[in-house]
Amino acid sequence: MTSHSIVDSRRLGRWALNGAAGAVLGFVLLPLFFVTWLAFFRQEIPSFPPDGYSLRWFASIWNNPKFFDGFLLSLQVAVTAMVVGLVIGVPAALCIARFRFVGREALNSLLLLPLVVPGIVLGTSIYVFHVEVTIWTELPILGSIAGLVAGHILIVIPWCVRLVTASLAGFDRSIEEAAQNLGATPVRTFFRVTLPTIRPGIVAAALFGFVVSFGNLEMTLFLVGAGRTTLPIAILQYLEWKIDPTIAAVSVLQIGLIAGAMIVTDRFVKLSRVV
Amino acid sequence: MARLELHHLSKHFGPTVAVSDVTLDIADGEFVVLLGPSGCGKTTTLRMIAGFVAPTAGRVRLGGREVTTLPPWKRNAGMVFQSYALFPHLSVAENVAFGLEMRKIAPAEIKPRVTEALRMVRLEGFAERLPRQLSGGQQQRVALARALAIRPDVLLLDEPLSNLDAKLRETVRVEIRELQRQLGITTVMVTHDQEEALIMADRLVVMSEGEVRQVGSQRDLYERPADRFVAGVVGRSNILPGKVVEPGRFETQGGIRIACAGGQAGPAVIALRPERLALGPAAQGLTNRLHGTVEFVSYLGANIDVHVRVSAADRVVVSQPNRADGRLPSEGDKVEVGWPAEAGVVFAEEAGRPQA
Repeated sequence: MTSHSIVDSRRLGRWALNGAAGAVLGFVLLPLFFVTWLAFFRQEIPSFPPDGYSLRWFASIWNNPKFFDGFLLSLQVAVTAMVVGLVIGVPAALCIARFRFVGREALNSLLLLPLVVPGIVLGTSIYVFHVEVTIWTELPILGSIAGLVAGHILIVIPWCVRLVTASLAGFDRSIEEAAQNLGATPVRTFFRVTLPTIRPGIVAAALFGFVVSFGNLEMTLFLVGAGRTTLPIAILQYLEWKIDPTIAAVSVLQIGLIAGAMIVTDRFVKLSRVV
Repeated sequence: MARLELHHLSKHFGPTVAVSDVTLDIADGEFVVLLGPSGCGKTTTLRMIAGFVAPTAGRVRLGGREVTTLPPWKRNAGMVFQSYALFPHLSVAENVAFGLEMRKIAPAEIKPRVTEALRMVRLEGFAERLPRQLSGGQQQRVALARALAIRPDVLLLDEPLSNLDAKLRETVRVEIRELQRQLGITTVMVTHDQEEALIMADRLVVMSEGEVRQVGSQRDLYERPADRFVAGVVGRSNILPGKVVEPGRFETQGGIRIACAGGQAGPAVIALRPERLALGPAAQGLTNRLHGTVEFVSYLGANIDVHVRVSAADRVVVSQPNRADGRLPSEGDKVEVGWPAEAGVVFAEEAGRPQA
């Protein structure tokens, strides 16, 4: 009698857990599902049920050069921001994780700060800053690609610092001592032992940095120069005039690109172990 | 393979003295164990030999070469870390080859040396595995093979057995000892486990609070402990506080007067080995004989511990070998405990040094 009720309550608990997990998963995946479905509708005004299916919206992306230009610019900016972000973020994370110095906590918070500032606020303040710097130095910073990339580096850094710091947290320093004991200089120790060991963290940092930069809209709106668009901006501008499924088709391609990047990355490093 | 000399080695971390004036001369091929509780400075001493800690004062000489100021990667000391510290991204063979690569040894020569090192620790078939695919005991052997592959002047072992389960520890310590003898490699091991130390060492160095308390063989430490601390570290002792009334006469706090060897008048303790005490008829004819009551009996298998109350303030443990014909005392029995005068070692209380 008692053992039965224990088994029953256990089973009930498992059902409740699975149900809750399923509901959350559905909540996360539903928009992706609808966007993908919509991209293949034949009719121009999205309505249910669909009149039929077609690939015409994918074709129409090619007829709109703004999407392609936007994609290229987003790609350039995201790759540059990711690389520079890693070059700054990895050494910074090493210093924060390894050394005890005055202002260490402050530095850590400072590097994570761009994460908590709303994109619009960040964009406005960087814009005003660029205006001021351009006036003072008379350098063409306002609306330049360099200015845009600098802004993106700012939002990539927190991800690099956070993920690399996390992978250093469980790092056994005695393996570095072992390397030196076996004859490796500190430089060789870093490249042969430290770097390969924290590689999953660095790869994850690169991926997340890229995704964050590639998808950024709010800050980019302020920093992008006249006549230039990134992919998110191109999507937004298109939406001001039309709501046909071209947008859905573009989104499907973007989702596919990022999902592909994650799957490829996961083949080399198990992302589930880092994130 | 080389002689290792430590001259007046000290390490201060700010106001804290981690190691104070350690001088040791370790012969070529000798196995020396640094034994002491945690925080006694034994690990810091080992790390100064390896070059991870710069001494505040003193010198380290390895194979006749002054290495005090050399960084770890320029010393030829192979170390086995407590956590094994295997490189997680490299296979067993690559781990063992690491030190050889760093020494710029030709790849053609590396392969046979890796094979040889793995054969020594009986892991020939595991060359391609990753460390996380091995058991703790196997990882420990890879760490040993890696340290030995570079043919170091000295092998340093930092609590190498502490992460193994008790059964495995017993076999591994014998294996390490045999391998060390076979290779004739100078070895320094750090441990807090006295049994491990007694089994493996040629010579023991007992440390406490950064200082060397005594250096000697197992027998030296057991039979002639330099102070009360050493008497407690190697083997067990009944410690009876009291005072030396006059040389040769000791009085416990409980007021028992006993004969002892030497000693100078003043507060002191007397240390008595439980296995040197005789019980019942065996106590006949011994210099010191006390009457007491059995309060507690522990049956330990090979030995039986009998706790005997000899005065209101004094209780001694008598360890009896468990013989087939032996009669087991029981609680409440009136017994006689005896020992020869020279079995008691007297330590003056202030100095902590023997007076005998």
